[in-house]
Amino acid sequence: MKKLLALLLLLPALAIASEGGPALQQAPIDPHDRASLQRGAAIFVNHCLNCHSANVMRYTRLTDLGLTDKQIQENLLFTTDKVGDTMTTAMDPKIAKAAFGVVPPDLSLIGRSRSPDWLYTYLRAFYRDPASKTGWNNEVFPNVAMPHVLWELQGQQGVEVHERADPESGEKHVTRKLTMETPGRMTPLEYDRYVADLVNYLAWMGEPAQTHRKTWGILVLFFLAGFFILALLLKTEYWKDVH
Amino acid sequence: MAAHDKAPVTGAGPFNGVLTWVDQRFPLMTLWRDHLADYYAPKNFNFWYYFGSLAMLVLVIQIVSGIFLTMNYKPSAQEAFASVEYIMRDVPGGWLIRYIHSTGASAFFICVYLHMVRGVMYGSYKQPRELIWIFGVLIYLALMAEAFMGYLLPWGQMSYWGAQVIINLFGTIPFIGEGLAVWIRGDYNVSDATLNRFFALHVIALPLVLLGLVAAHIMALHEVGSNNPDGVEIKKDIDPVSGKPRDGIPFHPYYTLKDTVGVAVFLIFFAAIVFFTPEMGGYFLEANNFIPADPLKTPAHIAPVWYFTPYYAMLRAVPPIFNSQFPGVAVMGIAVLIFFALPWLDRGRVKSIRYRGPKYKAWFTALVISFLILGYLGVEPTTVWGEFGEHVPLVGGDYIALWVARVLTVIYFLFFLLMPWYTANDREKPVPARVTW
Repeated sequence: MKKLLALLLLLPALAIASEGGPALQQAPIDPHDRASLQRGAAIFVNHCLNCHSANVMRYTRLTDLGLTDKQIQENLLFTTDKVGDTMTTAMDPKIAKAAFGVVPPDLSLIGRSRSPDWLYTYLRAFYRDPASKTGWNNEVFPNVAMPHVLWELQGQQGVEVHERADPESGEKHVTRKLTMETPGRMTPLEYDRYVADLVNYLAWMGEPAQTHRKTWGILVLFFLAGFFILALLLKTEYWKDVH
Repeated sequence: MAAHDKAPVTGAGPFNGVLTWVDQRFPLMTLWRDHLADYYAPKNFNFWYYFGSLAMLVLVIQIVSGIFLTMNYKPSAQEAFASVEYIMRDVPGGWLIRYIHSTGASAFFICVYLHMVRGVMYGSYKQPRELIWIFGVLIYLALMAEAFMGYLLPWGQMSYWGAQVIINLFGTIPFIGEGLAVWIRGDYNVSDATLNRFFALHVIALPLVLLGLVAAHIMALHEVGSNNPDGVEIKKDIDPVSGKPRDGIPFHPYYTLKDTVGVAVFLIFFAAIVFFTPEMGGYFLEANNFIPADPLKTPAHIAPVWYFTPYYAMLRAVPPIFNSQFPGVAVMGIAVLIFFALPWLDRGRVKSIRYRGPKYKAWFTALVISFLILGYLGVEPTTVWGEFGEHVPLVGGDYIALWVARVLTVIYFLFFLLMPWYTANDREKPVPARVTW
């Protein structure tokens, strides 16, 4: 039986190990870092919300990040919006479809449908590709419809492709490497930090209840531990009669 | 019995009066005695005996959390996805109710699967408990339907495409399939009409069926009495003085208290998942289901939720015959329905695995391992073990997992189909007269 249980516990690990695709970098994010989340919210509103919506996210929920309604109103809202509104986009879906070929997806839950690691790697993996419609392509999401919106900050990357044949088996190994061709306004380190803030925010926006949830979880587990002890003592007392 | 013949209720202190009044108009004390205070259960129940009462607890959790979800959920293709997110964000405590319900679905299957393993392991389906077993398998079937329909309701990509795939399975049945699939969907595709009827079935029809079956399951159990890890009938050894089984103890207070300890431990695990990892690494809530359903965009990899994956692996393991997937569907269906036949396939003279012979033990182990590995293979693409099998002759490379699934499917079925033979001439051990304690 113990062997079976061990096997059961091992299964999720095996499942994760078998996923393919390019290696994702771990996103250096922290849902308790409010300063980072606030910076991320500003980046999101300034850069993403022009084309993408977050239809189930209310501006006022940003108060969970330590902002006041007044601060949200003054710094993060388009003039026509109210603080109780959800984050809609000004872009008409028809125009978006004509421009990009697809309607930019709603980002409310992107932190959950795509992992934070995926988002972090993706936003740093754009490169110049003259063959594509927008002039941009992406290592993580090949032929992505979105151009590199943050290129002025990151700069322009190119991709170097090395092909090498294995001397023994003759199999071809292709390695691809992104290289900075024209530096942007930020150093690579600054840009990574900037993207990390944005991804931190996206991950939080996917489930704003998450920090809250864990606090409650600790209380509930303490309560249940007490309940377990009392239940066990009562059971033991009664079961003394059973011979 | 006329009301005035009944003895007044005693032992309830200040409530004696009111309980006597009720008891003269309703079989209160009879029910209390038959099912709790005077129901004698074997005293040697072990770890495996917690999961029946836990499954009932989860049923109650699901019904109560489901009622609260229904208050804010909108069963319409336009609004369903957003209404779930409304529950997660804008309804106070909504995220908790939703996670309780989504975790409860998986917890229900964990409890039911462990409960079934117990039943098979200790021969609890054998005479005179065949009907308890049949009601139990019916509960399992109803639960599968309940879970499948509930999974469509969040209207995410996996909800939509999972339902699409499973309903299409019915479409492969010769002659009636096409019509049957349209009848189930109420449309030519999974659509608003499908969502509406699945909602009706999920919140009313199937819960009623489940409750009725659970009642029948327990009534049948209390009629014949519980089995135990030794498979000894405690009713055969009655104490002449008290008239009660010597190895039995009243369900209340002994097992009500013991099960309360089980409930506490279960709730600790349950709460740990609900509060700290409600997605359970994508096994309880799949990442793709956070994308709204899109009938025009098929996800690259469609896998059902973990509790269906052993059968899904069997489905994929069977090659199509005459361009029809029906053989796979039939294998999958029979794999579930074959449980009904178990009481009549087993010709062993002992109930419990403790006294079974080596052949039964080997086959039982093979069944459990096959089911677990099939469950894993059903989550993954069929090419999952490609890199391990590159140099295996004949089946090498991408087909290795498929062949493993085929072999395991055969083993699964052989456990049942060969049972009349390997149980008939197994080297069984003598069963003690009384339970070991």
